[in-house]
Amino acid sequence: MKFNFDNPELKETRQAFADALIKLGSENPDVVVLGGDVSGSVKTNVFRDAFPDRFFSVGIAEQDMIGTAAGLAVAGKIPIASAYGEFATGRPFDQIRQSVAYSQMNVKICASHCGISVGPDGATHQSLEDVGLMRLLPHMTVLTPCDYNQTYKAIMKCVETKGPFYVRFYRDKTPNFTDPNEEYEIGKAQILKEGKDVTLVASGLLVWEALKAAEVLEKDGISVKVINIHTIKPIDVDALVKAAEETNLVITCEDHQKQSGLYGAVAEVLSLHRPTQMDYVAVEDTFGESGTMEELMRKYKINDEEIIRKVKKHLKK
Amino acid sequence: MSKNPQLGTIEELNEMARQIRRDIINMLLIAKTGHSGGPLGTADIFTALYFNLLNVDNENPYADDRDYVYLSIGHIAPVWYATLARRGYIPIEELKTLRKVNGRLQGHPAPFKTHGVPGVELASGSLGQGLSIAVGTALGLRLDKKPNKVICINGDGELQEGQIWEAVMTAAHHKTDNLIMIVDKNDCQIDNRVQKVMNLDPMADKFRAFNWEVMEMDGHNMQNILDTVNKAKNFKGKPIVIIANTKMGRGVSFMEDDYRWHGMPPNEEQGKIALTELAPTKFGDFV
Ligand SMILES: Cc1ncc(C[n+]2csc(CCOP(=O)(O)OP(=O)(O)O)c2C)c(N)n1
Ligand SMILES: [Mg+2]
Repeated sequence: MKFNFDNPELKETRQAFADALIKLGSENPDVVVLGGDVSGSVKTNVFRDAFPDRFFSVGIAEQDMIGTAAGLAVAGKIPIASAYGEFATGRPFDQIRQSVAYSQMNVKICASHCGISVGPDGATHQSLEDVGLMRLLPHMTVLTPCDYNQTYKAIMKCVETKGPFYVRFYRDKTPNFTDPNEEYEIGKAQILKEGKDVTLVASGLLVWEALKAAEVLEKDGISVKVINIHTIKPIDVDALVKAAEETNLVITCEDHQKQSGLYGAVAEVLSLHRPTQMDYVAVEDTFGESGTMEELMRKYKINDEEIIRKVKKHLKK
Repeated sequence: MSKNPQLGTIEELNEMARQIRRDIINMLLIAKTGHSGGPLGTADIFTALYFNLLNVDNENPYADDRDYVYLSIGHIAPVWYATLARRGYIPIEELKTLRKVNGRLQGHPAPFKTHGVPGVELASGSLGQGLSIAVGTALGLRLDKKPNKVICINGDGELQEGQIWEAVMTAAHHKTDNLIMIVDKNDCQIDNRVQKVMNLDPMADKFRAFNWEVMEMDGHNMQNILDTVNKAKNFKGKPIVIIANTKMGRGVSFMEDDYRWHGMPPNEEQGKIALTELAPTKFGDFV
């Protein structure tokens, strides 16, 4: 696959959510959406205006939103509950645990403004623990698509598939680089590039950074495999074990706390099935702060430069 | 500035409130991100609190005898930062650093212990949490037989969070009369008017039914603010809520009473108009 590193198309992943919602709303009368006073930000207002009867405003009340969604699921609806990453997962965690995951309700929690992408809003709004929280729950499927095209597919697929889902996406425009026609399968890793010396296992915002890093590393004679883990749970064990066998060094890349997110998930797999030298590019067990997305990715060391540094540290070429 | 600099007259307090509004506009123009509506709408209340009503000391922000201020609606931080700067807690020039990386003026108030500004007790930004903390502090102070007051500033949309009503019950149950809750009732939140998103009226009746003492004030009438809060400070036997009737974006004609200004900064041109409408004051701008 060739990527346009110099001038990538930039698109909001939350717009993919809105576009998918419109399609789902017109195709399936059971799809309903819950809004918690952030419908303009997460773009569920598009659904609200198109299907006003199937949009329920619950006010600023995320715990109530999850409970209401579970109740709608009991009544046979397919509820989509949406908020910012932190307030969609952290605030109503116990409601998600009991009424959605444990009860296996067909509720789709779709979170925008995740990770460091809310930049200037600062630490309270930066969800750096959401993947960990959701991955922890039995029966929960966790999707972390990497761009507009993949977010669209993830939303469509999560509604087609029964069961509790968490889908994580962003506020800002990000490079849109995956093939819109490529098949997307939940739980199946996407191999973006083959290589022999190191595997970069990336997710979400960091997939593009991994691709950029790989491009630079190849010029330095390092052969890099790049895997996009768009489904953190259930994770693609076979793809990870195969990559570990091929490269003997695996570095995970994510915009999340290093503990409990992608790094944790991959380490759990490899330590059991194929112990391998690993390292991570992730947030170092710290809260964020205000700043632009780019500034924060640099300061908190979750960008292409850091990936290159980590690879070279291990391969000492 | 020394401890408790009282601005003597209503005229002076109003002038300071206007300066704080100018500061908010200037901060947002530099940051190019942040909330306009709530900060402008509460500038009069913040001025009254910090320049007249509260027992606070900028030189010793965590003095044992201080009154405690909790900003449960962290998103209106610009009005707090501007007030704290004008009151001498932080350098006025620091207002230039709102929402910038490596700064203290975080988008939502950060804890002073790590990287926030002095005067802030703990973090806020996730809505609905402040009142519980205020109740806890009020209970602790009462246990120590201290006279300090606890002020908690809440939004009207914020009252949709269930935790608020849990704290409302706790406060009434324990009769924390050293606690004053001020609700910024502007009938605006992000998506629409509060009435449209999730109605909260009749708000006063709700609090009364929960055994609170309810007072109302015009949040833009300085004398009325002073009188009401002073009355609340002297009230005994129940927690007190002051429902402050305000207008989002107060002072800037094209922002007033318009929920779309909840989270937007003005652009350059809008900023210019705003600064014309808010006439310069004797206190001077920071830019
Ligand atoms: C727990 C939580 N949910 C959602 C948000 C996003 N949010 C920030 S401000 C706001 C609206 C608050 O309305 P109100 O309290 O009336 O404040 P105003 O708009 O009047 O400033 C929302 C939904 C948040 N900060 N925290
Ligand atoms: Mg309001």
